[in-house]
Amino acid sequence: MKRDWLPLLLIPALMIGALPLIGSPASWVTLTVAGLAMGLMIFIMASGLTLTFGLMDVLNFGHGAFIAVGAFVAASVMLALAPWMTADSIWLNLAAIGPAVLAAMVVSGVLGLGFERVIVRPVYGQHLKQILVTTGGLIVAEQLLKVIWGPDQITLSRPTALRGAFLFGDIAIEKYRVLAVVVGLVVFAALALTLNRTRLGLLIRAGVENGEMVEALGYRIRRLFVGVFVVGSALAGLGGAMWGLYQETVTAAIGAQVAVLVFIVIIIGGLGSVGGCFVGALLVGLTANYIGFLAPKVALGSNILLMALVLLWRPQGLYPVAKR
Amino acid sequence: MAEPLLSLRGVQTHIGHYHILHGVEFDVAEGGLTMLLGRNGAGKTTTLRTIMGMWRAAAGEIRFDGRDITNMPTPDIARLGIAYVPESMAIFADLTVQENLVLAARSGPMDQKRLDWIFGRFEALKRFWMLPAGLLSGGQKQMLAVARAIIEPRRLLLIDEPTKGLAPAIIANMIDAFRELKDGESTLLVVEQNFAFARQLGDSVAVMDDGRVAHQGGMAAFAADSALQQHLLGLGMDTHQ
Amino acid sequence: MLRSILSDDLPRSRWLALALVAILVGLAVAPFLFPGAKSLNVAAKICVFIVLAASFDLLLGYTGIVSFAHTMFFGIGAYGVAISLTRMGAGWDAVAVGTVAGLLLAIVLATVIGLFSLRVRTIFFAMITLAVASAFAILASQLSDLTGGEDGLNYRLPAALRASFSFGDTLFGVRLNGRLLDYYLVYTASLALILVLLRIVNSPFGSVLMAIRENPFRAEAIGYRTVVYRTIASCIAAATAALAGALLALWSSQTNPDTTLSFDIMVDILLMVVIGGMGTMYGAVIGAVLLVFAQNYLQDLLAVANKALLGVPLLANLFHPDRWLLWLGVAFILCVYFFPAGIVGRLRQKR
Ligand SMILES: Nc1ncnc2c1ncn2[C@@H]1O[C@H](COP(=O)(O)OP(=O)(O)OP(=O)(O)O)[C@@H](O)[C@H]1O
Ligand SMILES: [Mg+2]
Repeated sequence: MKRDWLPLLLIPALMIGALPLIGSPASWVTLTVAGLAMGLMIFIMASGLTLTFGLMDVLNFGHGAFIAVGAFVAASVMLALAPWMTADSIWLNLAAIGPAVLAAMVVSGVLGLGFERVIVRPVYGQHLKQILVTTGGLIVAEQLLKVIWGPDQITLSRPTALRGAFLFGDIAIEKYRVLAVVVGLVVFAALALTLNRTRLGLLIRAGVENGEMVEALGYRIRRLFVGVFVVGSALAGLGGAMWGLYQETVTAAIGAQVAVLVFIVIIIGGLGSVGGCFVGALLVGLTANYIGFLAPKVALGSNILLMALVLLWRPQGLYPVAKR
Repeated sequence: MAEPLLSLRGVQTHIGHYHILHGVEFDVAEGGLTMLLGRNGAGKTTTLRTIMGMWRAAAGEIRFDGRDITNMPTPDIARLGIAYVPESMAIFADLTVQENLVLAARSGPMDQKRLDWIFGRFEALKRFWMLPAGLLSGGQKQMLAVARAIIEPRRLLLIDEPTKGLAPAIIANMIDAFRELKDGESTLLVVEQNFAFARQLGDSVAVMDDGRVAHQGGMAAFAADSALQQHLLGLGMDTHQ
Repeated sequence: MLRSILSDDLPRSRWLALALVAILVGLAVAPFLFPGAKSLNVAAKICVFIVLAASFDLLLGYTGIVSFAHTMFFGIGAYGVAISLTRMGAGWDAVAVGTVAGLLLAIVLATVIGLFSLRVRTIFFAMITLAVASAFAILASQLSDLTGGEDGLNYRLPAALRASFSFGDTLFGVRLNGRLLDYYLVYTASLALILVLLRIVNSPFGSVLMAIRENPFRAEAIGYRTVVYRTIASCIAAATAALAGALLALWSSQTNPDTTLSFDIMVDILLMVVIGGMGTMYGAVIGAVLLVFAQNYLQDLLAVANKALLGVPLLANLFHPDRWLLWLGVAFILCVYFFPAGIVGRLRQKR
């Protein structure tokens, strides 16, 4: 379709609209960066979910499990490498975070492979059962996390180099948020390049639109789907690891909590659309932070309101996917 | 007679609770063009989809090139060298014309000579090369759908109503293209409502009625027998002049 | 007679009939059979959850839609009564006002959500309800002036329902006080609600719902406005859930997010309906009884296994008493795969 810029414009519109309400430019910058960081972390977790839905009409209500697993695995690795985390060298810090994040992605990805086999595959095409079984998967996964890591929350602290904030006059920008923004943008760029510039990406986009025809061209969409599912799970693990560091605590319920935001984001974006997911995530992140500042009591309600407004404007989400 | 390239025996297909095909039987000889005709709702599209493995055959056998392909997965069937142009065209609207064809060329980069040959027939595709396919006109989409099937040599082309919505000049180009293909590398099975087109192009014909093949034979004989046409297709005496 | 009370929907299995009679009679005589505040509490919980699960089954089993917002309506009913009892004092007028307000809010919300998202698809509806319910839960804990926040509300029940109220001496050694009255209020109301639900699902309206569940396109083609029917069904379910919530508030004299709004309760209801058997009201009854029992006694069983395995590191954790949900979750998944009709479906098959 022709490039549709309107939804994209919502982001600057929201930013500019918030400025007079917030008043102080310094707070505005801080909140905006926080909103972008939060939005991009959600985007990382949501991108795979929206693609698997687009490809095979599968919505994994247990997606939160991968987020939680990523957070726990990363936390374990970082706790094991505690001396490097607290060292006063950014390189040692990164040497701890790198393996932690990698481990989170690998474990979540492998788990995704198993989840697809055991939980999702037997109920393809049966939406009701799919919702039930994947929710069941989430319940069991959450309990297993408690079996392995114990029922109590784990406290994490960020490595030395990522504590504190950059100061520009009276503007303070937390270092960790900058990192989150950078990682989020890198993931987005990688996904966008893959989807638009590679044959694999073409296949995925075509498959989202009409999987049956992709098969008639001789491609095995099942394999494609499993691949996307695994990558999506690994990204959820990455997002979970980042979220854990952001919150500095990890609990078994983290997955289910964040998954709600993830769902809102992919509904806003249009189920199946990665671009929409990106815009939706930023909108949700920014709104949550602005409203959290302006009217803290209704912060989470604001996301629902945002979703309702978007759906009133475009009932299929910002970027509806052309289906069949 | 040599073994046919494609043969259907007693094929039965159900869609949901409905029993649509009641034992379809016909052959497609190698190296010709077989027209699959029949009234609306006779089961032509369902037959093509069953061949492609997109509907399950509940009974019967489909053989391609001496091999049983009944209920094989669709991609495996396509990989045997069968291309399919669905009635709905099913072009990928989000992808450009180029990207649609890149995907269809499964074995690698597109062959420029072949591409030029296609452009010669369907000039619009060249003009809108970088345009998202969703913005093409109906007829242009149809051209793209056919081009996708012939961008690489395939043994058998299954084409559902290729002339729908096309201007006469483009139909003439399509006739040329199909002639070249059937005289060269491919065998074609084409569903068609336009009897004038069918008569010009078909070597043989299979006519479906109510989920069965009611008649199979040469096109010349069928075209000469207006009573039979009247009976099977409900064609008026003047529509095929 | 029995036929018409049950709306012609007989158990159709000897074991099921036996179990149902046992539950009906067991709950009726529970205060005398198992005296004591704790067991009375369990019995009242069972009554309330039977209604809650049955109303959820109207959606899941009969209409074929998954809502994650069912506890929201349950909470609305509970908070309606709790708030009005807190604000207006412990009178029956407060109970009436709270119940009606809760009912209205539940119905309005269900209508809005339904019209918004039921025309699309099952998955969409499930996602939206999940989002709305979680936002609502957070909202309820934020608006602490009204709801008491995380701690919830503690309030006094109408005088006739308090332990201090007495309407006679003792009967079979059980004191005839307001708690007993309260229990029978909950019991009777639950029984009545179940019979009403039975009537609804066995009415022509219920048949249309099931037709839509089987094939929405066909139902639409025959001329049924599927959105309207589904929205009405979700309103009825929401209203019933709100009434169940009101009953809970009337029973327990305290209402908080954990006991009414949390996702854990939602999971409990899902387990009840799926394990008991989707698409039959009796399944919800059996499932609710089973789950409340499991919550109270599976833990003891696990504790035994846990003790036996105490040396083995991970295995002992698997059987930790707090991990009962793990095992029910596994049972839930297996049920969806292998016994989609649940326990009741199995019983009826074997007839
Ligand atoms: N998805 C479906 N569900 C139910 N019935 C279907 C479906 N697709 C086709 N049918 C029915 O199967 C029968 C045959 O349809 P089919 O599309 O094969 O006919 P056709 O010969 O291609 O007709 P036309 O010339 O109109 O394209 C029709 O009666 C149609 O209503
Ligand atoms: Mg057709």
